[in-house]
Amino acid sequence: MYPAPFRYHRPGSLDSAITLLSELGEGARPLAGGQSLIPILKMRMDEPDDLVDIGRLPELMHIRKEKDRVCIGALVTHARIAASDVADDIPIIRDCAGHIGDPQVRALGTIGGSVSIADPSSDWPALLHTLDADIVCQGPAGSRKVGIRDFITDSYTNSLADAELVTEIQIPMPPAHSGGAYLGFKKAAPAYPAASVGVQLTLAAGNICHDIRLVLGAAGPTPVTSREVEQSLVGEPLTETKLQQAAAALVELADPPTDARGSAEFKLAILRSLFMRAANTAIQRAMGEKITGSHDYV
Amino acid sequence: MSEPLQTVAINVTVNGKAHQRNVEPRQLLVEFIREELRLTGTHIGCDTSFCGACTVLLDGAAIKSCTLFAVQADGAEITTVEALEKDGQLHPLQQAFSEQHGLQCGYCTPGMLMSSVALLAENPEPDVQDIRKALSGNLCRCTGYQNIIKSVQAAATVLRGT
Repeated sequence: MYPAPFRYHRPGSLDSAITLLSELGEGARPLAGGQSLIPILKMRMDEPDDLVDIGRLPELMHIRKEKDRVCIGALVTHARIAASDVADDIPIIRDCAGHIGDPQVRALGTIGGSVSIADPSSDWPALLHTLDADIVCQGPAGSRKVGIRDFITDSYTNSLADAELVTEIQIPMPPAHSGGAYLGFKKAAPAYPAASVGVQLTLAAGNICHDIRLVLGAAGPTPVTSREVEQSLVGEPLTETKLQQAAAALVELADPPTDARGSAEFKLAILRSLFMRAANTAIQRAMGEKITGSHDYV
Repeated sequence: MSEPLQTVAINVTVNGKAHQRNVEPRQLLVEFIREELRLTGTHIGCDTSFCGACTVLLDGAAIKSCTLFAVQADGAEITTVEALEKDGQLHPLQQAFSEQHGLQCGYCTPGMLMSSVALLAENPEPDVQDIRKALSGNLCRCTGYQNIIKSVQAAATVLRGT
């Protein structure tokens, strides 16, 4: 399968990439790792006039730990993130980065590309909601930072302005006594998950829930969250009953499509089951246990 | 677009040999390898980034060559299945796939071999779980995978001994 013809450009710096995207206008698309964009182009769901290859821009290749956050350049691959110190420090990041697609896809696909494409089934958007990440963008008007909840606005839709690029993802360091887990269910490694769940929590003395984030992925046009459901657990011990109630309340808000990855009914059942497993893994990790998490595939 | 098609000059090293070619930007790496260089050992299976039959090494990492434009590989070192056999001697992985019945129709085999080469370069003593994970992006519709895993284990033993 061949994409429609396009012109190819490979600017040498971030600034020149932004200038070029600005000059070329709405028929241009940035190309990073290509693992989402190239299949879209091959299926001719998009036929851009110009591709601006940003895949080698040195400004976007960093992983940096700061005092209270980690900063990941937009072009860092899933494989590099999975193998990084950052994934040692925050295991939920490895759950996600180490299980997106398969080894071949992880070697090329980038975090910035994945979050920009905003495929409703993809893993980074759900994971970044779970960790309250910020997205740093740069365009002709300069640099700005936007919360993930305001960055992804709809299925395959982000709030980037014309000629603006994602340059960095900033993830706040979880406080002490925190743990998280991100679990998905997919029919095979290369497939997108049929459903996924992210849980990140902080425990107070007596294993009372101090803070919690609950996210359902592939469960609607954008990741499904509810401050109300999260608040219902804060200040409470995280008993099986409480978690079951939260699972039911959150899954009530999910609206997954029936498609090749399963019926809506099937996905809702999977979401409830993944929720309980992710929550229990998150609690165990918050209590200091080392547990590896993973997507399941049959 | 009515204007003439753009071509871009690229330099790639494939199996140790340097090539300079002008390519249309939309040419996929797998088409470049098969059509331009006539190295037809790399197969196109699903052409949707799913099956892994087109797996080659790009600077040592296993990637799906149906999901990369040849222009993106400019300056890279590519290794295809043709590089495995040396002076008429099969690579230990090829020998093991043959002896352990790691293939039936053989369509997925070039991709299986290249993913296995990448695995053993990084981890010379993989357990079954490591092998399954390394091959999770390669589909086989004949073998049921058991003999492929046996083949990789057998080759790992041979490679460690040499």
